[in-house]
Amino acid sequence: MNASKKKKMSLSRKHNLTGWGFLAPAAILILIMSFVPMVKALLLSFQTGIGANMKPAGLLNYQRMFQDKVFMTALKNNFFYLIIQVPIMLVLALILASMLNNKDLKFKGLFRTCIFLPCATSLVSYAIVFRTLFAMDGFVNMALMKLHIIEKGINWLANPGTAKAVIIIALIWRWTGYNMVFYLSGLQNIDYSVYEAARIDGASPVQSFWKITVPLLKPTILLTTIMSTNGTLQLFDESVNLTNGGPSNATITMSHYIYNMSFKYTPNFGYAAAMSYLILILVAVLALVQMKVGDKRE
Amino acid sequence: MKMKKLLSLAMATAMVAGLACVPASAEGENKLTVWCWDPAFNIYAMEQAAEIYKADHPDFELEVVETPWADVQTKLTTAATSGDLSTLPDIFLMQDNAFQKNQISFPDVFADLTDSGIDFSKFGAAKVAYSVIDGKNYGVPFDNGAVVAAYRTDILEEAGFTLDDFTDITWSEYLEKGSVVLEKTGKPLLSMQAGESDLIMMMLQSAGASCFDEEGKPAMTDNPVLVEVMNTYAELVKAGVLVEVNSWDEYIGTMANDVVAGTINGCWILASIQSVPDQSGKWGITNMPALDNVEGATNYSNNGGSSWAVTTNCANPDLAFDFLKNTFAGSVELYETILPSSGALATYLPAGESEVYAEPQEFFGGDAIFAKITEYAGKVPSNNTGVYYYEARDAVAVAITNIVAGSDIETELQTAQDTISFAMGM
Repeated sequence: MNASKKKKMSLSRKHNLTGWGFLAPAAILILIMSFVPMVKALLLSFQTGIGANMKPAGLLNYQRMFQDKVFMTALKNNFFYLIIQVPIMLVLALILASMLNNKDLKFKGLFRTCIFLPCATSLVSYAIVFRTLFAMDGFVNMALMKLHIIEKGINWLANPGTAKAVIIIALIWRWTGYNMVFYLSGLQNIDYSVYEAARIDGASPVQSFWKITVPLLKPTILLTTIMSTNGTLQLFDESVNLTNGGPSNATITMSHYIYNMSFKYTPNFGYAAAMSYLILILVAVLALVQMKVGDKRE
Repeated sequence: MKMKKLLSLAMATAMVAGLACVPASAEGENKLTVWCWDPAFNIYAMEQAAEIYKADHPDFELEVVETPWADVQTKLTTAATSGDLSTLPDIFLMQDNAFQKNQISFPDVFADLTDSGIDFSKFGAAKVAYSVIDGKNYGVPFDNGAVVAAYRTDILEEAGFTLDDFTDITWSEYLEKGSVVLEKTGKPLLSMQAGESDLIMMMLQSAGASCFDEEGKPAMTDNPVLVEVMNTYAELVKAGVLVEVNSWDEYIGTMANDVVAGTINGCWILASIQSVPDQSGKWGITNMPALDNVEGATNYSNNGGSSWAVTTNCANPDLAFDFLKNTFAGSVELYETILPSSGALATYLPAGESEVYAEPQEFFGGDAIFAKITEYAGKVPSNNTGVYYYEARDAVAVAITNIVAGSDIETELQTAQDTISFAMGM
């Protein structure tokens, strides 16, 4: 009896150990590569100085960033992108997903691939392609002039308003398909008979979209909202490659400014780390708010 | 089974080994490792220098690791902040504008060259000044960024001008004549990249001024030269003599596609100009316009260029010093070799007297442009770029964008001053 108990325990222990054994390599790597730098960055954010000459600074960096006009401009730009771009993109993705979910649609695979394809392009190259499209003698100006919509080419990237618009258009092009894929997979979990029943009851397609699709997709919508918020607050490639933050910092993002602070300007890593932590706090707070608002299960 | 275990162990070891850093510095007594970035330009020059040095030192070995400038900066930053300098090479090339910033940020990285035996008086004074910090030399000047004004002589002729009409002129004359060219040919004289302040920095340095005072404090307000520069720039844009484009490619495009009748930039721009064979013989080179109403204004300035630095990771600094002393800082032959094929213009003044420099260049109307540029380089006033050069550039770029859009100069310069003061107040 005693012997068999002992054997059983060692078996479950053995299973546990195997589990931990499988987890350990990944866990240790994540710990070393991801969490240690995060803690180090947090410690760094309480120091200040040029390059390698760091000295303790307490909360100075955190006070400093609220007096930094360029950083405040960047913060506003990030929120501008967030408020305008994320809703447009998610609504578009939702509409596209429910259109593609139609059972009778032909060439579904082709359409899905086409809409998802932009996500497979590199961030840098697509930003440069957009810059070329919206250049003074670029494709967009040429097309609009040929169609007699405008008489003279518009200098898209030299005007704060249009430059922001170009970034938003680029972002929508790049990320709509990505979010659509999440919605498509979410839609697979909604039984088609629900839609059929609604149709028999006389519901219009618009009604069934708002009354069936949206409520049942709520967890997926929540997920994509949090991911898009996170992505937009960390926006970097578009600001650097498409507009270079210009004209006069009208399109610069927080990450772009942090990069400048670390590698372009006289490096102050403490301050850069503090600004990164602000982004982390912002993302965490926004995600929390969205979860509280979006998730009504409790 | 055992074989598989061994194999997986081997793979795991390989992975770990791959993660570990491999020191870039050479182990051998007679070997130097160098970082620089352009195969057609500075890498080529370095390799030629090695050949010349090998003639007297047969055991000498040199390894050039092609490293783009952005990577040099990132790797240097990483090595210096982690405190592990072993990943650095023996010698690397550093952009002049970034020199002060990096030396002051990472003082442990740079070897002091003051007493290395290199004769710095044989280089243009303004050029050497980029790599002098607290009276000590930390860099051996390499390529030249002397400013040239290049004009399409065929277009000027159409408007009734010659190259002489644009030589030794002031910006007000430039504006006047440029307006005539624009009216008669429909072509602006100049294009510049919006959001970059290259031209502004060139104008400032042409009068020996900068965004900082002697002590390195920001001096954007109460800076009459800067006000004159901003005024001149805004007037040029308003008159249409200067067109602003959004990217570097567009800027090059304006020259390649006959959109503009000229350009003003560091002499390295000549390589891009010469990339259009159809325009051969149609270009001419002269000096840039001088500022009006400014004391000490000249027709000469500098934009860009780089210098060699020796790292403290160098195991054999005497070898590195001797190598640089006998090549980049002592061999006219080296500059004669690299000039024709790479256009690498020397800041080493004795090289300018070489016959190779006096050879006429077909592309530029048979003019001996290299001798001309070397002469310009010797006349460039030196100024204080400061540690916060890149911050100042961006602040000035923001100011000029707003000024061109109609904002008040004084307000914008005050904002720029505040931005820099803030950046420096860490």
